[in-house]
Amino acid sequence: MSKNVLVVAERRDGKLRNVSFEVLAAAQKIADGGKVMAVLFGQGDKTEADQLAHYGADQVYVVDNEKLNEYSTDAFMQAITEVIDTAKPDAILLGHTAMGRDLAPRVAARLDLGLISDCTDVEVIGDDVIFVRPIYAGKAFQKKKITNGIIFASIRPNNISKCEPDESRTADVINVDATITDIRTVIKEVVRKTAGTIDLTEAKIIVSGGRGVKSADGFKPINELAQLLGAAIGASRAACDAGYCDYAMQVGQTGKVVTPDLYIACGISGAVQHLAGMSNSKIIVAINKDPEAPIFKVADYGIVGDLFEVVPMLIEEFRKVPV
Amino acid sequence: MKILVLLKQTFDTEEKIVLSNGKVSEEGVKFVINPYDEYAVEEAVAIKERQGGEVTVVTVGPSRAEAALRTALAVGVDKAIIVDDESVFGDEFRIAKVLAAVAKRDQYDLILGGYMAVDDGAAQVGPRLAEELEIPHISTITKLEIESGKIRVEKDVEGDTEIIEAALPVLLTAQQGLNEPRYPSLPGIMKAKKKPIEHLAASDLGLNMEEIPSKSEIVDQYLPPTKTAGKVLEGELPHQVSELVEMLRNEAKVV
Repeated sequence: MSKNVLVVAERRDGKLRNVSFEVLAAAQKIADGGKVMAVLFGQGDKTEADQLAHYGADQVYVVDNEKLNEYSTDAFMQAITEVIDTAKPDAILLGHTAMGRDLAPRVAARLDLGLISDCTDVEVIGDDVIFVRPIYAGKAFQKKKITNGIIFASIRPNNISKCEPDESRTADVINVDATITDIRTVIKEVVRKTAGTIDLTEAKIIVSGGRGVKSADGFKPINELAQLLGAAIGASRAACDAGYCDYAMQVGQTGKVVTPDLYIACGISGAVQHLAGMSNSKIIVAINKDPEAPIFKVADYGIVGDLFEVVPMLIEEFRKVPV
Repeated sequence: MKILVLLKQTFDTEEKIVLSNGKVSEEGVKFVINPYDEYAVEEAVAIKERQGGEVTVVTVGPSRAEAALRTALAVGVDKAIIVDDESVFGDEFRIAKVLAAVAKRDQYDLILGGYMAVDDGAAQVGPRLAEELEIPHISTITKLEIESGKIRVEKDVEGDTEIIEAALPVLLTAQQGLNEPRYPSLPGIMKAKKKPIEHLAASDLGLNMEEIPSKSEIVDQYLPPTKTAGKVLEGELPHQVSELVEMLRNEAKVV
């Protein structure tokens, strides 16, 4: 049965995020001939609505309010509940990002809805919409459905493919006014540490370091390789605990769960907790001195050797024919 | 300062997952406090030590979770509540309603929890509970300061940091890096044995669970296909490296 699906679009650094296009692809599947609606918050570029249309939106709700230029739970809550009131969707989808994780459960509680978070796939079987999601950080999977009320789910970045953009598509733009009062949490300052770096959860390639990097300085060859490949930089818990790097870089059951096309593990032994966070990557390369290291059990390609020898060679080899 | 800490007992992160009859088997599994909730416990105890107050920890879960509550009591939490009445178990929608009923029995200035549990990984219950209680929440915090009824936190936003202020009461969820959880000391463990653990059921909380059925259900659970070990390259290192790059480009086509 066709459904009208509302997608909450999201920006980062003033641009629509890739995950929003992926969520639109999921929405088209669920809509099954129904309407795909998207909502944009804040004062943005007028071409964004077109972009959303190219990736599958039939209608774009715009809540053009300066209080929505930066994310805050209270402001977005008030705006989205008004849009839901107007659009009356059968399903609501958004990315399982910092924003999605913060906003979706709060909205779900406000509207007394169920919510299936962090989904990596969606299946439509007859009238049922079944979401696939990892549990235990990907050591197992579960299929879940909403049994009562509006379907509501957050979609993990990098798992559902976005559609080929169709530049001939257009969407009706509907302006919605939202009264935004009483923002109880006030952002005083934003310290950008990620400017120019690639977000781990959305990265296509990740180069990661473990205990084997031996020091903060030991990350230098890893950083260099990452920069060359346009990759994000990750780390194992051991490297974070040892103070070689920031916890924001940790990949694992505690830390980030990642699914890039290519994961290069340097000096990482492969503790169960780390494997949970990365073993669903498409291709895994392991570089480790210890041939018995468990990381080799999940690696597609392994090199037994010292990362300080192998990584510089890799950099040189990749440089021969630029990526 | 009255602090409520939300806690879930989870599998140790080194545990492998075994399914039996479509359910995750708990046989022989080592249980721990959900690592993110450990940060919440530590933060609450540290605040109490600095400025006085009382810390209560609450869990909704089976009676095995009492062990996790004892551990929390051993590191300095004052009292514990377990809602181990199976009739209240269910999805995040339900659990948040149950926790709200617990939280409403008292006036808490601050509610702390992990931002997610490492088993279900849903990251829902904290923000849901804040909404049920009509108080603000801030998720994934890595630093907390409290002064005269106001808080100032650092929030991790995908690697960037936001500095946010709010008034109490507020609910905060912990991200890794908030603090270094302490280990229970022997005297702490001895003291914990005498501290109270209150058992609550739906009826104690005035809840009619039939009125709040779960909104979602699990249809299936399964293990991912096991990854078979690939190719460990051989020969001289420079040869291995060029072979690897060649395969990443032409076989795997990922660069």
